[in-house]
Amino acid sequence: MSLIESLPKVRKLTVPRADGLLPWLVPLGIILIWQAASVAGLVSPRVLPAPSDVARAGWKLLWSGELGRNIWVSFWRASIGFLIGGGIGFAFGLANGLSQLSSKLTDTTLQMIRNVPHLALIPLVILWFGIDESAKLFLVALGVFFPVYLNTLHGIRTVDPQLIEMGRVYGMTDGELFRRVIFPGALPSIFVGLRFALGIMWLTLIVAETIAASSGLGYMAMQAREFMQIDVVVLSILIYALLGKVADSASRLLERLTLSWHPAFSKH
Amino acid sequence: MQQVLRLPVSSTEAIDAPEVIGHAETFRPHRKSSVTPAKSETRGLPLVIRDLRKAFGDNEVLRGIDLEIPAGQFVAIVGQSGCGKSTLLRLIAGLDKPTSGTISFGDTAARAEDVRVMFQEPRLLPWARVLANVEVGLGRDRKAAGAHERARQALEEVGLAEKRDQWPAVLSGGQKQRVALARALVSGPRLLAFDEPLGALDALTRIAMQRLLERVWADQTFTAILVTHDVAEAVALADRVLVIEDGRMAEDITVDLPRPRQRGSAELAALEGSILGQLLGPGTTG
Repeated sequence: MSLIESLPKVRKLTVPRADGLLPWLVPLGIILIWQAASVAGLVSPRVLPAPSDVARAGWKLLWSGELGRNIWVSFWRASIGFLIGGGIGFAFGLANGLSQLSSKLTDTTLQMIRNVPHLALIPLVILWFGIDESAKLFLVALGVFFPVYLNTLHGIRTVDPQLIEMGRVYGMTDGELFRRVIFPGALPSIFVGLRFALGIMWLTLIVAETIAASSGLGYMAMQAREFMQIDVVVLSILIYALLGKVADSASRLLERLTLSWHPAFSKH
Repeated sequence: MQQVLRLPVSSTEAIDAPEVIGHAETFRPHRKSSVTPAKSETRGLPLVIRDLRKAFGDNEVLRGIDLEIPAGQFVAIVGQSGCGKSTLLRLIAGLDKPTSGTISFGDTAARAEDVRVMFQEPRLLPWARVLANVEVGLGRDRKAAGAHERARQALEEVGLAEKRDQWPAVLSGGQKQRVALARALVSGPRLLAFDEPLGALDALTRIAMQRLLERVWADQTFTAILVTHDVAEAVALADRVLVIEDGRMAEDITVDLPRPRQRGSAELAALEGSILGQLLGPGTTG
């Protein structure tokens, strides 16, 4: 009896404290094991440098300003490409979700383009744009376009028709109907597209920077490979992981702010 | 609620008494409606339907309905599923266009806000708080001054004033349907069409909702048209019960019993029995 009574208390005490740290436990543990393995000589520094070496390399690059500059360049390319591709995808998603004519006119074409792996266009893109900014922006925008387009379209098509009928009965104009019923109803699906798009955004950018660039994180990693600086290569990879996490957290935050009505998001 | 629970015991044993059945028979077949509105003062809209037909492709759902509903009357429409009763309601509410025939609301030009529908599902916007959902019902007046106040009053009317800032997801089924009722009431409609609004509720919530409907109807004196497949509900609430069969008006029964009606009373039970007999065909009820 006393044990049963004490159980909820114990949970109450421990859960909130661990809650914030819990997701970081696994990455932290991996780094610790990795460090221990390196120190013990189980892993050759030529295969995988110790985390401390990677941190030291990062510190050095940070001081020289090279790291900050490269991260900024990559971040800038990612955001601009994302805004362009996501914006166009969103616009097409809205248009094709709302208008039968627009859908008939463009959807087939878009589905055909979607099936071409956009990274396969790299040679063509280099021929078109050279290796300057527009090549990278084009590839990122193209990669981001489809998840945003498809999920916006899906979201709008699956808004509860009963709610739309209700809105019409209660005299909503088309604009109001969109603002108060269709868009909020499509939002959960749009966010799914957004999160997919963020993943594709990094992937495309890094590949593009690795192949054709003179700055950015991907370029930094390629340069380091040329000079056998394996610590810098590992550093770049870790930074990708962190940036991906940041982008994901940002979209989650947006979700929580805008979908607080949704039972699935209200508890986070 | 206690009162509700007490009800079913009262005088159901008297159903078979011959004088009761005789009494029920006397007010059964009024073919032509000579109906008296329950109130002398009503804001309700009268409704006149002439030779109304509706077909979906080859399937003719309504085959010529003629109907006059005086202002302020509470009319229940019953019938088997697929008989066309919901279609009739959707036409009255303007949700569908008739194939032929006319529907007119008296001689006044009715505004869109004067005719409201309450659906079987609450159809609340999940992303809007309860109060904002009620404000949807104001239609074009949504942006006018006092919109909040009117919505708040409508919520109070259905007894949910304290839920104004909740999300619909946290409400029970009955509460959601009450919010939907507040949304339908907030514009002060003159005709309210109910499409089986209580069909999905449990028995007790249902009876509580029936009383709420009857109360707001008496308060606000609108014309009420209730589509239901629950005959007991129809005879308990309505001034007049219309039976629809195969897209035609089969019966037009005036329920001339004083309100508030005692649920489970012999008169109601007898009337319900005779309507059920009509619906199910001869020989199925005794």
